[in-house]
Amino acid sequence: MTHLVEMKGIEKRFPGVHALKAVQFDLKPGEVHALMGENGAGKSTLMKIMSGIYARDGGEMFVDGNPVSPDSPRAAQDLGIGIIHQELSLMNDLTAAQNVLIGREPRRSFGRLDEAALNAKTAEIFASLNLSMDPRTQVSTQTIARQQLIEIAKALSYNPRVLIMDEPTAALNDTEISELFKVIAKLRADGVGIVYISHRMDEIKRIADRVTILRDGAYIDTVGAAETPLATIIQLMVGREVTQSAPVIPDTSQNPVALEVRHLSRGKEVRDVSFDLRKGEILGFAGLMGAGRTEVARIIFGADPRDSGEILVDGKPVNIRTPHAAVEAGIGYLSEDRKHFGLAVDMTVRANIAMACMAQFTSRAGVLNETAMKDIADKYIGQLGIRTPSDVQQVRLLSGGNQQKVVIAKWLLRDCDVLIFDEPTRGIDVGAKSEIYALLEDLAAQGRAIIVISSELPEVMRLGHRIAVMCEGRLTAILPGGADVTQEQIMEYATQRDTASRFSEEVL
Amino acid sequence: MTTTTVDVPKSTLSRIIAAGTHQRVLAFASLIILLIGFSIASPNFMQTSNMLAILQATSVNGVLAIAVTLVIITGGIDLSVGTMMTFCAVITGVVLTYAGMPMIFGIIAAVLTGAICGACSGTFVAKMAIPPFIATLGMMLILKGLSLVISGTRPIYFNDTPGFSEISRGSLIGEVMPALPIPNGVLILFIVAAVAAYILNRTVLGRYCFALGSNEESVRLSGVNTDRWKIAIYALAGAIVGIAGLLIASRLNSAQPALGLGYELEAIAAVVIGGTSLSGGRGTILGSLIGALIMAVLTNGLRVMSVAQEWQTVVTGAIIILAVYADMMRRKKSS
Ligand SMILES: Nc1ncnc2c1ncn2[C@@H]1O[C@H](COP(=O)(O)OP(=O)(O)OP(=O)(O)O)[C@@H](O)[C@H]1O
Ligand SMILES: [Mg+2]
Repeated sequence: MTHLVEMKGIEKRFPGVHALKAVQFDLKPGEVHALMGENGAGKSTLMKIMSGIYARDGGEMFVDGNPVSPDSPRAAQDLGIGIIHQELSLMNDLTAAQNVLIGREPRRSFGRLDEAALNAKTAEIFASLNLSMDPRTQVSTQTIARQQLIEIAKALSYNPRVLIMDEPTAALNDTEISELFKVIAKLRADGVGIVYISHRMDEIKRIADRVTILRDGAYIDTVGAAETPLATIIQLMVGREVTQSAPVIPDTSQNPVALEVRHLSRGKEVRDVSFDLRKGEILGFAGLMGAGRTEVARIIFGADPRDSGEILVDGKPVNIRTPHAAVEAGIGYLSEDRKHFGLAVDMTVRANIAMACMAQFTSRAGVLNETAMKDIADKYIGQLGIRTPSDVQQVRLLSGGNQQKVVIAKWLLRDCDVLIFDEPTRGIDVGAKSEIYALLEDLAAQGRAIIVISSELPEVMRLGHRIAVMCEGRLTAILPGGADVTQEQIMEYATQRDTASRFSEEVL
Repeated sequence: MTTTTVDVPKSTLSRIIAAGTHQRVLAFASLIILLIGFSIASPNFMQTSNMLAILQATSVNGVLAIAVTLVIITGGIDLSVGTMMTFCAVITGVVLTYAGMPMIFGIIAAVLTGAICGACSGTFVAKMAIPPFIATLGMMLILKGLSLVISGTRPIYFNDTPGFSEISRGSLIGEVMPALPIPNGVLILFIVAAVAAYILNRTVLGRYCFALGSNEESVRLSGVNTDRWKIAIYALAGAIVGIAGLLIASRLNSAQPALGLGYELEAIAAVVIGGTSLSGGRGTILGSLIGALIMAVLTNGLRVMSVAQEWQTVVTGAIIILAVYADMMRRKKSS
């Protein structure tokens, strides 16, 4: 049978990086083809070549058996190739509908817009996605997850024959993922070929037909998803066996309390949240998207004001109103939205890592000590396995997962006593994930108090010594971690809508 | 154990600011307050003749502000509008006075010259990837120089074109309604504003203004030919500047080649006071119009109150900073 798309011997070089080395890839109509590989393996680069964003340095590409070289996103769209980018790329000041149909606005004569048709058409697409959203909603008011759904709607509006999804579920919760998978199933039934990139291994088994694995820019293999065990796929990705160390939960009940949060409230988002966190302890935060976990973290970190409540560090009340004050008090926060809040993407890896503690690298005369900064940067690049040609590479040019590692390095260097990780492994590959887990456990063992917010239940369960569950702004339970807790238990509390707020006191 | 309960103070001021969905509301309120304040301070202020003078004084800056608004919404800036306006006026002088052509050709020449100059700036920005600040700074100097060269540094008078001064100073409305002798310049300002607002909010060109200012890379990745649209937007802004050139030439009944520098900053100030974000993606024509009015009212009111010219400048500067601060407060609240 003819392939929808076929790529052979694809080469791509960036300054200092041989990103793709003779890579091959093909896609049949009506299949979901997963593209797997570690951070920086070249997945996004290959797909950017397919969708006309990058020009290839070598190799061939065929659509329906005809040689093609799409040289712009437009040209790729005309070939029926659509892409949902890894990094959100919406226009925040515009409405959902204006975003979805950008470039193809329904027009009347003289370039006048037909706003009614625009909204109607978008509403139709939203309906097919089972997405309840007013097309006139301004994008900047939406959560990352909902923005992601707008992005998906946008890609679908092109009626693509080939749809590339670069980590579409990184910011989605389980319900939203199921919703997305339904859409994928429908598209597949319609004969659309789908390229699917994700670091969530469980998803591969759920939806992929075939899996192609890249490692360090090289093509490794293409295997059937159903008949290949996950362990084999992981091994092909990483090039070695990944051993999942069984979590050990240390007894921290006698340790001094590092952070105490009492009756924290802010509007409807956070309602009377109280908990404490001991030194050496990892407290996992579970809950659905929008349950208020990030909000709690932002309030503790001084990024958002609170209506009421108090925060105690080492038993002493602190008045944290700015992130700066939080850092002074020894609290660090890794944002879930790294692009907006975590990184200066135009600056180098070195500068970003040193960012949070410039004072450490500044002489009394105010001159920066670049050598010391380089040493530290190199240390973390090694320790976290950040794939970058050098420490002076612009962060913008790193792959998504490696950008995330830079954020982590930055906060590790800051050496805070209380560290809040918001979705620390979003977009991070399996190998690096277990490295980061080990790292967090290490930090805890050194006596730091750690909060991990994650939408992936297995992650919270793997890491959390105790697990705090939130629902609609309330803390509905604090459960013991380890083998004593099941996903079902957590989900039950995560969906416990509007029980009396006395509950949170009961569990404490 | 001692505890501290943190209650976030909510100042009345910031709450009022948060209540207005747009700074436009705020700007409009300030305009009203200024009008009331000045009319209490000076009985001469509210006279019809003075009101008309204010409107007339707004017309050139207002039209320029509208042009700059379009560019600023795309995330750019246009520093060349002042000297471009003069250049358009000089070209009109060449066409009408040197070549002796009928008036309509002078009008077409002004608008066309502006559009071409704008398209040049747009090309520098889009195709050559020169930052708008630099590209239009270069244009500003080029056009200033060209105006002086072409005119031989002497003003070009329009004495041979009777009716040219009517473009700005005559009053079509006054002929129909003698009680309301609104000068044509003001009428033109409002027409330009209405058309620009329509383009901005109802046409594809306007949509891409906002889209470019919001996230240019994303627009490009959506398959839109961003370069072409950007050039079109700069060209449209240039054409509007051409209209401003006509207005000022008509008002002075001459093209003054040395004039122009400083107008761009006044225009940008009006835009900013009107609540358009300098980082792009947000802004309104109405806001810029109100911004221009505020500046004219301020200048006029202070003059009527016999405040020294030097102090008027100081006050204007302070107003700009206040306006932007209010805008920041509002945005912080709403986010
Ligand atoms: N524009 C660019 N300039 C320089 N280097 C680049 C550029 N784009 C990508 N790279 C490099 O090419 C390599 C492959 O990157 P790519 O984004 O394709 O990885 P990926 O497989 O998508 O990883 P992730 O899972 O983290 O998203 C990386 O080493 C990255 O740093
Ligand atoms: Mg990627």
